[in-house]
Amino acid sequence: MSVLPKWADAILIPLLSILISFVISGLVILYLGLNPFEALRLMVTGALGSSYGWGYTLFYTTNFIFTGLCAAIAFHARLFNIGGEGQATLGGLGVALVCLAVPWPHWTLALPAALIGGALFGAAWAFIPAWLQARRGSHIVITTIMFNYIAAALMVYLLVEILKPEGSMDPATRRFGPGAELPLFSDIFGLVGIPFSSSAPANISFFIALLACLLFWLLVWRTRLGYEIRAYGHSETAADYAGISPARMIIIAMIVSGALAGCMAINSVMATERLVLNSVEGAGFIGLAVALMGRSHPVGVILAALLFGFLYQGGGELALWANIPRELIILIQGLVILFTGALDNMVRMPLERMFLMIRRPGRQGA
Amino acid sequence: MDFLTLLQVLDTSVRLATPLLFACLAGLVCERAGIFDIGLEGKMLASAFFSAAVAAISGSVWIGLLAGVMASVALAGVHGLASITFRGNQLISGVAINFLASGLTVLIAQDWFGQGGRTPSLSGGARFNEIKLPFADLLSGLPYIGQSYAELFSGHSLLVYVGFLTVPLTWWVIFRTRFGLRLRAAGENPEAVDTAGVNVIRLRYTAIAICGLLCGLAGVYLATGLQAGFVKEMSSGRGFIALAALIFAKWRPWYALFSCLLFGFFQALSFRPDVVKAVTSLDVPGQLLDALPYILTVVILAGFVGKAIPPRAGGEPYVKES
Repeated sequence: MSVLPKWADAILIPLLSILISFVISGLVILYLGLNPFEALRLMVTGALGSSYGWGYTLFYTTNFIFTGLCAAIAFHARLFNIGGEGQATLGGLGVALVCLAVPWPHWTLALPAALIGGALFGAAWAFIPAWLQARRGSHIVITTIMFNYIAAALMVYLLVEILKPEGSMDPATRRFGPGAELPLFSDIFGLVGIPFSSSAPANISFFIALLACLLFWLLVWRTRLGYEIRAYGHSETAADYAGISPARMIIIAMIVSGALAGCMAINSVMATERLVLNSVEGAGFIGLAVALMGRSHPVGVILAALLFGFLYQGGGELALWANIPRELIILIQGLVILFTGALDNMVRMPLERMFLMIRRPGRQGA
Repeated sequence: MDFLTLLQVLDTSVRLATPLLFACLAGLVCERAGIFDIGLEGKMLASAFFSAAVAAISGSVWIGLLAGVMASVALAGVHGLASITFRGNQLISGVAINFLASGLTVLIAQDWFGQGGRTPSLSGGARFNEIKLPFADLLSGLPYIGQSYAELFSGHSLLVYVGFLTVPLTWWVIFRTRFGLRLRAAGENPEAVDTAGVNVIRLRYTAIAICGLLCGLAGVYLATGLQAGFVKEMSSGRGFIALAALIFAKWRPWYALFSCLLFGFFQALSFRPDVVKAVTSLDVPGQLLDALPYILTVVILAGFVGKAIPPRAGGEPYVKES
């Protein structure tokens, strides 16, 4: 069936799709009155030119790795989990509750507990739509969208009415306390004598995100459960015939997905040291772009998350130094989703024709 | 609560229901033809911006309307290209369109007007102003019936009336014309339509264009009728509430009218917590009212209250046998 060699499918097509997205973004930047190469230079300097820039880039990357894996595991089961945003929001609540519940003596205790709290809350928020799809047949895309909005409303209610400390005007929880402070990159690299900006928020969660990628790979490609999830994603009827319960696969894949989204909060919420409104800032949706671009593979997810981390930080710098709002990133994100996801065939079809011509030089017009 | 307060709340409900209604009917036409569209939100937003921007520049709301509808139809064209021609995933395409619109509107707004992603406020001929129905003043003294006429039925902008008339029109087109029959068939069993010698691709593109047109009107009303200008993210989830209303209405035009009015009523209530408190003597949090349309949709989808069955071929690209 597949005409394309594996490398073309995994690397060439995403690269071409991203190239198209970037060319269009460049044209938009040109229309806005800035030389696109100058914009790129500003972004590279701002995001990668200093340890401060890197610290922010990797901070965002950490968020996007988690949400990218969240979307990716669902894609493996052919589920479209658009609810990463809501699941990460609830994960934030879980992390905050854990951090506030106990005066933690040290981060080595607080971090695992917060990780469990975030994962549990995220998984629970994904479980309801999963159960509804598995048992009641309601469409998971619609329910997860609805759950994003319900999560947002719930969060406003909780922060404004319940979790806000007495006398404060800010819809946010109180500060977590010094025991829940995660070591920053400046602390970690400081141990081996490498100087790193101490005002950048990148922290130990980045390594936990990398660990999550490894575990993700093991789960999907090296365990029976992962095989079952992929089998279900390829063909529901075949999986059912092989004795794999579709309902079980939907629920498990979504629980893992939600838990991964929830884990994002150890980075985003623990770094701000309190829970604020809209702490997710669209990272749940960027996860979709990251998973599509990374072809739902952990290595691809890391690279795509790094790219979006760069765009996020670079875009912020661009907003600061040129008259281009941050919303440029949302546009790029939309283009990447459009071209790597929905318009995949636009790149794939001509490429397939080309490969056919190369392979059979004697026979034209295959 | 007195009668006049009730009328005020209902009046606000009608205003807030109108953009939902346009978007909901847009989704109805599209999904009946077998194309899922979660990009209603983005099309509405794009239209809101371009209508307000062009109306602000030209001073004419009608030129604004044209620009808004064109922007929305252009995005619908992208959706058609992705989901019909290139047989891509319709959900992913919808998500992409929402982001494109939300990014582009702010970028262009900043470039054109430099006011932090908003347009200048519109006034006079650059807006759809309120229309006073005949005898409204005369009858407003009459209790109940006259008051209702003056407060509730009179005094909306033209697009509100257009929106409500679109309901019977949609019903007639979908259920009483040959085009509507074919459209519904394309959403249920496109092979049969093809066998009958009707072009499924063209049919679906037509549906998508109608969807773009109606979403466009939703956005135009938002920026030039309901409010006087564009602000960042002003559609604020209305496209998704419309989607919820569509499911709630089980893909039928008249039901869509009622579900949009119901969801509009919830939105109106969340603006008037004092009324809610006076009537129910409960301290209902406004956030619960905000979330109610979404919660109701989940309950409906779960099949606890009736069953919502989408068009059978929805979401599947049609591949012609060759």
